[in-house]
Formats: sequence, C-alpha cells, structure tokens
Amino acid sequence: MVLYILRRIASAISVIVVTLIASFGLFYLAPSDPAGVICGAKCPPARYQEIADSLHLDRPVYQQIWEYLHGLVLGTDVVSGGQTVHCAAPCLGYSYVFGVPVTTLIMHALPVTISIVFGSAIAYLCIGTLSGIFAARRRGTYLDRTIVGGTLTIGSVPYFVVALLAALYIPTLIPIVPQAKWVPLTESPLKWFLGLLLPWIVLGIVNSASYTRYSRASMIESLSEDYVRTARAKGISERRVVYRHGLRAAVTPLATIFGLDVAFALTGAIFTEQIFGLPGLGVVTLRAFDKYDLPVLMAGVLIGAVVLVIMNLLVDILYTILDPRVRLS
Amino acid sequence: MTTTATESAARSRIPAVPGAPLLELRDLVMHFNVKGEGMLIRANNKVRAVDGVSLTLGEGETIGLVGESGCGKSTTGRLITRLLQPTAGQILYRGHDIAKLSEPKLRPYRRELQLIFQDPYSSLNPRHTVGTIIGTALRVHDLVPKGEELPRVRELLDIVGLNPEHYNRYPHEFSGGQRQRIGIARALAVKPKVIVADEPVSALDVSIQAQVMNLLEDLRKEFGIAFIFIAHDLGVVRHFCDSVAVMYLGRIVEQGARDVVYGAPQHPYTQALLSAVPDLGVARGTPPKARIRLSGDVPSPINPPSGCRFRTRCWKAEDICAQVEPKLERKADGLLSACHFAAPPAGSLTAQVD
Repeated sequence: MVLYILRRIASAISVIVVTLIASFGLFYLAPSDPAGVICGAKCPPARYQEIADSLHLDRPVYQQIWEYLHGLVLGTDVVSGGQTVHCAAPCLGYSYVFGVPVTTLIMHALPVTISIVFGSAIAYLCIGTLSGIFAARRRGTYLDRTIVGGTLTIGSVPYFVVALLAALYIPTLIPIVPQAKWVPLTESPLKWFLGLLLPWIVLGIVNSASYTRYSRASMIESLSEDYVRTARAKGISERRVVYRHGLRAAVTPLATIFGLDVAFALTGAIFTEQIFGLPGLGVVTLRAFDKYDLPVLMAGVLIGAVVLVIMNLLVDILYTILDPRVRLS
Repeated sequence: MTTTATESAARSRIPAVPGAPLLELRDLVMHFNVKGEGMLIRANNKVRAVDGVSLTLGEGETIGLVGESGCGKSTTGRLITRLLQPTAGQILYRGHDIAKLSEPKLRPYRRELQLIFQDPYSSLNPRHTVGTIIGTALRVHDLVPKGEELPRVRELLDIVGLNPEHYNRYPHEFSGGQRQRIGIARALAVKPKVIVADEPVSALDVSIQAQVMNLLEDLRKEFGIAFIFIAHDLGVVRHFCDSVAVMYLGRIVEQGARDVVYGAPQHPYTQALLSAVPDLGVARGTPPKARIRLSGDVPSPINPPSGCRFRTRCWKAEDICAQVEPKLERKADGLLSACHFAAPPAGSLTAQVD
C-alpha cells in the first residue's frame, strides 16, 4: 500500500510537470504583452524595455520554464516594481498586475473556494444520495417519477440562472438566510457559516439533481443483486439490507464522479463566486485571464493539476476500502 | 461435528399447532403483473408463475421439486422462504400461516426456513468477509452473545468442510464448490428446520456436485433438517429425496414416493422427462430405451392452455383434456397424478442405476 502510494505520487509529479510545461508554452507563446500590462497605457519606451528585461521575456521559452520550475522548488529572486525581491519556495512568481507574490493571492482565495466546495459537497451528497435511495426503493411509483422529473427540471435550467434567482429571492423570502458574504472561519465561525449558507443551498440543490440520478441508478442495480436476496433470507432488517448491502455497492461509481466533481470545483467555482461576490480562486483566475497576468494563470493551472491528481489518488484508495476485490499494485 | 450444534438443531422456537405437519402449502398462487404492449391502454397481463400448488413436508423429510425451466420451481421455493409474498393461498409452518405476515413478524420464521441459492458466485456479497456473511445471521437472530460469533462461525465452517481459519477471507478467494459450502454454512447458522435448496449444485461441475450432495446428505442425517430440493437433474433428486413432485407451468402434475415416481410414473409428462435421462447402459451394450420426444416449447405462463396445461404437447390428449382440468388424484399406492389418461408406462423408462 505504501509502495503503491509512493509510486502514484511519483507518476503524479510527472503528470503535473508535463501539464505545467504544456500550459507554460501555450501561455507564453500566445500574443500577449505582459510588459505592457505592467507598465500601463501611457508607457515610455525606456520603462517598457526595463520591465521586459526584468521579466526575462527575451530569453528562450525553455529557459523561462526552467527558471519557473527552479523557483517552484527552490525559490528565486524576482524583479517586481523595479526592485529585486527574494521569492521563497514554492515561488509562483509575482503578479504582474498587483505586484504581490502569487502565493499570497492564492492563500487568500483558496480558503473561500475550499469552504464553498466542501460545504456544498456535504449538502448535495446528503440530499442527492438520500433522495436517490428513496426513489430507487420506490421504483416505478409516482413518488419515484416525481423525483426523477424534478431532477430533470433542475438539471435543464442553466446553473447561473438558478444561482442568480436564488441570490435575488432567497434572502428576501427567507430572512433567516442572509446574503452571501465571505468571513474567514478563524474570524467568526458563525458569520462564516451564515455567509456561505446561500451558495451552499444553491449548489447543493443544483448538484444534488445529478447525484440523485446516479445514486438511484446504481441503487436499483445493487438492490437487484442476488446477494441482496441472500441478505433478506437471513432475516436482517430492511434498513440494514439497503445500507449494508445495497448502498455499499452503489457507492463505488458515486465516489468516482464525486472525486472528479470536487477536483473541478476546487479550481474555482467561477459562477458561484462571481454571482455571490465571494473572492475565491475562480474570480482570481478570471481576473488574471482578463489582464494577461500570466504568473497567476500558471498558478491556477498548477492548482488544478495537483488537485485532480490528488483526488484521483484518493478515489483509488477509497475503492480498496469499498470493494475488497480491488487490489492496488 | 459437535454436540451443541446437534442438540439445538432439534429445538424449534415456534410452538406447533397439534396435528399440523412441519410445512404445508395450500393452493399457493403467485401471479406477477407485467405490462402489455400498447401506447395508451396497456393490458395488465399476469404471469401465472405458481398457480395452485399444494404440498406437505414432514419433519426430516425431503421432497424433490422437478420440472423444466420456468415451471415455477424456484418461485415456489422463494414463496416458502417468503422472499416473495404469494398472491393467494397459505403457507403453514407448524400450523401457522406465514403467507401474509409482515417482515418483523416473519423474522422468527426466517430462522426456521432457510434457503440455499443456486448461484454461489452472485449470492454472496463480495464486499463482506465469510465471517460477516455467516456471523450476521447469528447476530440478527440473537443466537450467540454479542461479539462471540467467531467460535460459532469457525465451527460452522468446519461442519461444511472448510478451513475454520478462513473466516476473514472474501468470497472471491474461494472456488465455486467452496462458495456453495459457505452458502450452506450460512443457511445452517440459524439452525433451521427446513432448508429450501434451489438447484444447489447446478452451477457446479460434476465432481464438486457429488461432494456438495454428500455434504447435504450428511447434514440431513446429522441435524434432521427437512429439505425441499429444487432441481432439474433427475439423477440428483433420485439420490437425495424421499418423494418427488413434478411441476409443469405452475402446477404439480405428479407427486409421490421416489421409487414409485421413478419406477412407474403415470403422468405422460413425468414419463417424457424420465425417458430423456441419458442412459449409461447404451455405452455398456444394452439396447437404447424408447425415448419420448416432446414437440414445441412450454406454453406461455401468461396465457396457459385451458383444461390440462400439458395437453398442447401431450400425445395422449383428447377433447376432454381441453375442457376439464384433471385433478391431482391418487392413481396408485404412493402416487398422485393429474391426468385423465394416467397409466403406467409400457416399458422401463429409466436405466437401472444400481
């Protein structure tokens, strides 16, 4: 098991490096003008040249990649705002636009995104799985059809429409739920919770639609297995049959989808953050894209790759716990 | 095998109604609803899987239930163990009707009536260890104090001829025959009085079949468990059962003591079935017996033929067969047949096995 995890980490690192090199090449070869962005609209040519030199934009791309990776692992000296500053590892560079280390920007945005993603994940996993089980056990009845129809309806409305309407109406209609607002957990856990309640509810309801369908389908399949009949013949209670025998088997496909969903969401729940005004990773990346703030964009790509690889590893390890027939080797 | 297992196997928690047999089925009916074709108005068809089956099983007896695929054997087995709720009819266990009991009220009866499943591959949960599979039954029925299932699990594994140390292995680590032994150990765990064995050896290869059959034989002698043995292998049934019931399209067409049914069956269907058993004597030089060939398939159980259900494939069929349904009546000593023209076969149907 330990050996397996080490091997997976090694291959994960190579995946991340390849992703970095590829996106680095793409971004830096694109017709962007970082020096112009930093210098502003009325830029004297001398100043422009100075900035371009300090960014090492004249060097070959492979050298720039090497410097980037070097900074990531060992730290490096960076020229920002005309001064040379030391940027400790892991150095993601300095933002062209804000002139602050990218790590600082990320460190401010990451807790917001993590809070949104995991809070809403708890919501949609609970709602989705429970209503999926509920529907699967009543397969073919009107209740089942109502649930399936409801998930279709929610699923077919674009997410940003639901989110916008919710942001407008829920705080007025249900006064207990306040407008979304980011307060760090360390500052006030209660305000943190209340501020995120609205996006959690919205994301929870919207995402639970697909989880209802997934869990309903895999519960129907697992409950029709022969060993479920064996379990009933033993005389064990229906609740035990459903959860110990049915859900245990149905959870495996759910875990796969969940791992991918969380990984994608962690790179930035762009709609949610934008609509509810939460300063998360999605907003940061979006703004960087607007301004050709390449170091920030690269950091976004890096986080995405790392998170995806980690989530996949976690899901693979989870498989062995869920299904003893799966052996890691 | 230990004495504790033997002693407690003889006890039953359910008090018997005086004079009642161990298990009795009375006009058991199971209809499954199926949706017919059609866009707006769908005909509600019924598959008459079991259509009036009556059967009596005494203490320690073994009844073989035979018939073609789809004749309702397995459905009958699942009705007896109440994995299905019958549409009509009674299932009397020691005189108590369990046909309509709710799940909580059924639980004590589940202990007494156990099922061995046909497919040892799919009927064991691959995510649970053998110890859990066997131990859950013990725990649910409070047969052993909490946390003390393990010694009993190991004892059970020993009884069915598996290594007691293998309790923490998973089903996929065993072969088919071993897995069927796990299934048997699971059924035995609750010390049942009746075991419904639903084709317990048909998924196994022949050499393993013999081992498992011998194991069941031993268990029957050791614990005095009554068996309802569902099979389509007539040789296995002859070897194992005291009496035999032949089913066709959801009904019992012939029933009686083993030697009578195998020696002188009176129902044409039984005669046809027995004549289809491969004859080893031919290989030794005896002339091949006359084989009765049935034409066509079993009719649909959605719309069974009127009168006698076998008439569409019967060489003896006459007008009366389409009009009057023959009753299951006594035709000879120890033999009930449902046929207007019941008669012993002209010659010997089966090769002499002994």
